[in-house]
Amino acid sequence: MGHVEILDAKTKDKLCFLDKVEPNATIGEIKSMFHKSHPQWYPARQSIRLDPKGKSLKDEDVLQHLPVGTTATFYFRDLGAQISWVTVFLTEYAGPLLIYLMFYFRVPFIYAPKYDFTTSKHWVVHLACMCHSFHYVKRLLETLFVHRFSHGTMPLRNIFKNCTYYWGFAAWMAYYINHPLYTPPIYGEQQIRLALIVFLFCQIGNFSIHIALRNLRPPGSKTRKIPYPTKNPFTWIFLLVSCPNYTYELGSWLGFTLMTQCLPVAAFTLVGFIQMTVWAKGKHRSYLKEFRDYPTLRSPILPFIL
Amino acid sequence: MSAPAMGTSKTAHSDSSNKKKKGPGTLATAYLVIYNVVMTAGWLVIAVGLVRAYLARGSYHGLYYSIEKPLKFFQTGALLEILHCAVGIVPSSVVLTGFQVMSRVFLTWAVTHSVREVQSEDSVLLFVVAWTVTEIIRYSFYTFSLLNHLPYLIKWARYTFFIVLYPMGVAGELLTIYAALPYVQKTGLYSITLPNKYNFSFDYHTFLILVMVSYIPLFPQLYFHMMRQRKKVLGHVEEYSKVE
Repeated sequence: MGHVEILDAKTKDKLCFLDKVEPNATIGEIKSMFHKSHPQWYPARQSIRLDPKGKSLKDEDVLQHLPVGTTATFYFRDLGAQISWVTVFLTEYAGPLLIYLMFYFRVPFIYAPKYDFTTSKHWVVHLACMCHSFHYVKRLLETLFVHRFSHGTMPLRNIFKNCTYYWGFAAWMAYYINHPLYTPPIYGEQQIRLALIVFLFCQIGNFSIHIALRNLRPPGSKTRKIPYPTKNPFTWIFLLVSCPNYTYELGSWLGFTLMTQCLPVAAFTLVGFIQMTVWAKGKHRSYLKEFRDYPTLRSPILPFIL
Repeated sequence: MSAPAMGTSKTAHSDSSNKKKKGPGTLATAYLVIYNVVMTAGWLVIAVGLVRAYLARGSYHGLYYSIEKPLKFFQTGALLEILHCAVGIVPSSVVLTGFQVMSRVFLTWAVTHSVREVQSEDSVLLFVVAWTVTEIIRYSFYTFSLLNHLPYLIKWARYTFFIVLYPMGVAGELLTIYAALPYVQKTGLYSITLPNKYNFSFDYHTFLILVMVSYIPLFPQLYFHMMRQRKKVLGHVEEYSKVE
């Protein structure tokens, strides 16, 4: 039986003393015990470390496997108000879905009053609405049924930042696509057909990758494994790329840009591409660090290029 | 805005073999000294130009035209400072420096140069004078810091003059943008309307109004940041009695 004392990482004040802690107790369990004495710090906002400036310990870490004596000294840092990833995803995706539809149905106070509740005469505008809505419904369903999150929560302020981004861009794009003075693509049906094929191909591809990643991870676990191509041809891109979900996502938005021929859509695609490249490079680097035998042919997001 | 650069200029150490202290190497220091000397000289030229034109004409009116070219040249040249931060020879934030330089360049080119009718406004003189005095002090501050020989007077001036110059510059800038509004609206300057094949529109008139509104949250933050810097830098003058 051991003891645990928890000190504030900044002030080194003694915050909590837990006596008679089982050696096989996990950090997660210790966080729950700490939460009892300090109800304002729920486990998700606790960062427990061995060193005040060190890395956070994982919830799964077991007390007796840590380099501590009979009385373990941990340092605590408050991560601030947290919100679950699922909540953030649902909010940031529901917004664009609803906002776009408001513009599509030309709800009052957006366009001139004579256009209220009218519909566009261009069939590509209807197609674009279906694609955009399909995309976000897919994302919502994936959030609820497909993704397995390694972190339960993120800082609360992220939801404001993320929603501003998604909702803002959705409104900006939707305004022009559904505008009474919208101009359809120059190359007409050919352009729209090609764009739709690219869009659908990449939506299926993106979904295939999400399923493949989910199957790498048993339910309730947070394990990380190298993803490999499966029987599904859409996953064969794993041979060349570490984060094909982002590759397909870029492809989808390029398709949508081609379909709508709308500059704000191109801008959204570009900004998204930059952000996803940053994420892909980070993920690629962690793969390389964690796995000695990581395939060398793979690039982070674009085969051979980036 | 007319704020002096936010990043505190750390004294550069020209001994590049001294690995313990960070800072630009000898070559970078030499380049920066030349850069800051040239900029100091440039803004002095503008200052002298303003004084001479005023004495010759006997009025404040229309002095912009007498210094238009050097103003454009030296203010635009400040874009190099973004590069200095990006490359790492100056320890300031790229984003912060970029924002400050771009706002100056915006006022110089996208407002004053582009809207001919505002060039004779007195508000232009207001911000040009504020910028000129600020920049002469700021660039000489950097020059002396790099040479490890900063006279207290320059340091004091850098952290004191802004108290008046900053609001003066902001007033000049806002009044100039405001004066430009009717002409921008009438001519549709830099604006694009629907329908067009890119399905995009931009109203420069509305954009300028939003720029003016953005001064409301931004100006106090930058101003009070400088106030805090002032207390930090000038507040301890009794302790650091040795000349740097």
